[in-house]
Amino acid sequence: MKSAVIAFPGSNRDRDMIAALTSISGTAPNVVWHKETNLPDVDLIVIPGGFSYGDYLRAGAIAARSPIMGEIKAAAARGVRVLGVCNGFQILTENGLLPGVLMRNASLLFVCREVKLEVVNNRTPFTGGYEKGQVLRCPVAHHDGNYFADPDTLKAIEDNDQVAFRYAEGTNPNGSIHDIAGVTNRAGNVLGLMPHPENLIEAAHGGTDGRALFASALEIAA
Amino acid sequence: MKARVTITLKNGVLDPQGQAIEGALASLGFSGVDSVRQGKVFHIELAETDPGSARENVENMCEKLLANTVIEDYTVEIIN
Repeated sequence: MKSAVIAFPGSNRDRDMIAALTSISGTAPNVVWHKETNLPDVDLIVIPGGFSYGDYLRAGAIAARSPIMGEIKAAAARGVRVLGVCNGFQILTENGLLPGVLMRNASLLFVCREVKLEVVNNRTPFTGGYEKGQVLRCPVAHHDGNYFADPDTLKAIEDNDQVAFRYAEGTNPNGSIHDIAGVTNRAGNVLGLMPHPENLIEAAHGGTDGRALFASALEIAA
Repeated sequence: MKARVTITLKNGVLDPQGQAIEGALASLGFSGVDSVRQGKVFHIELAETDPGSARENVENMCEKLLANTVIEDYTVEIIN
């Protein structure tokens, strides 16, 4: 399957994402600049981490209104898989593809550490390579990762199994409501998460727990 | 014509920055501060001369970009 990585001014995890996708699929992803209005024909679109537009206004707010985002919204509606990591998650909530919002960490501190992630729903295109209830190691690095949704939205995403990952074993690093670390859209083909699975895919990273997420999304046997 | 947009967090949304500022005010000796909520103000200069159209336009800006209405409320003042 083919993939694309979207690059914004201020993205800084795009090269990590390209390296991860290349390592796992054997093929380099297309890199698409945010001013483009055409997407290549791909099966997976990845919005990487970083500080697009310096987090001006709100994290992800300006990037979410970039020309390419209309194309991504249309592709998501056709069932194309869309993955947003960290700033990518913030961008997907800001443009309405995912519910809720990422607020400033409750501690007000930038957190850069390893957390534990529970796989809450393994029946998504991104999580099929994991067992339900499996606990993964994964690094986080963010200042605005405090997931929030109003009570009605929260109930809806819990009832619809849209919570893909929760922080486990008391490692919630940011105050996220219900320990939510990653959510999908209703259809399940759009996933956003704050942790960085692309930074735990080979022995040199100290573990490979993130690898199955990309292998699942690209339908590659792990 | 000018517009002033004020963005505030909705009631019930946790504001750790406001709480930190509240704590700093207390440590400076300002007593009797019950609560601090942090927000944003935008000053926008408009070519529009009709106040009604200007307000409508700025409210549209708030809905589409300036506020995240999941957690924020906005108020628009039109200043001649």
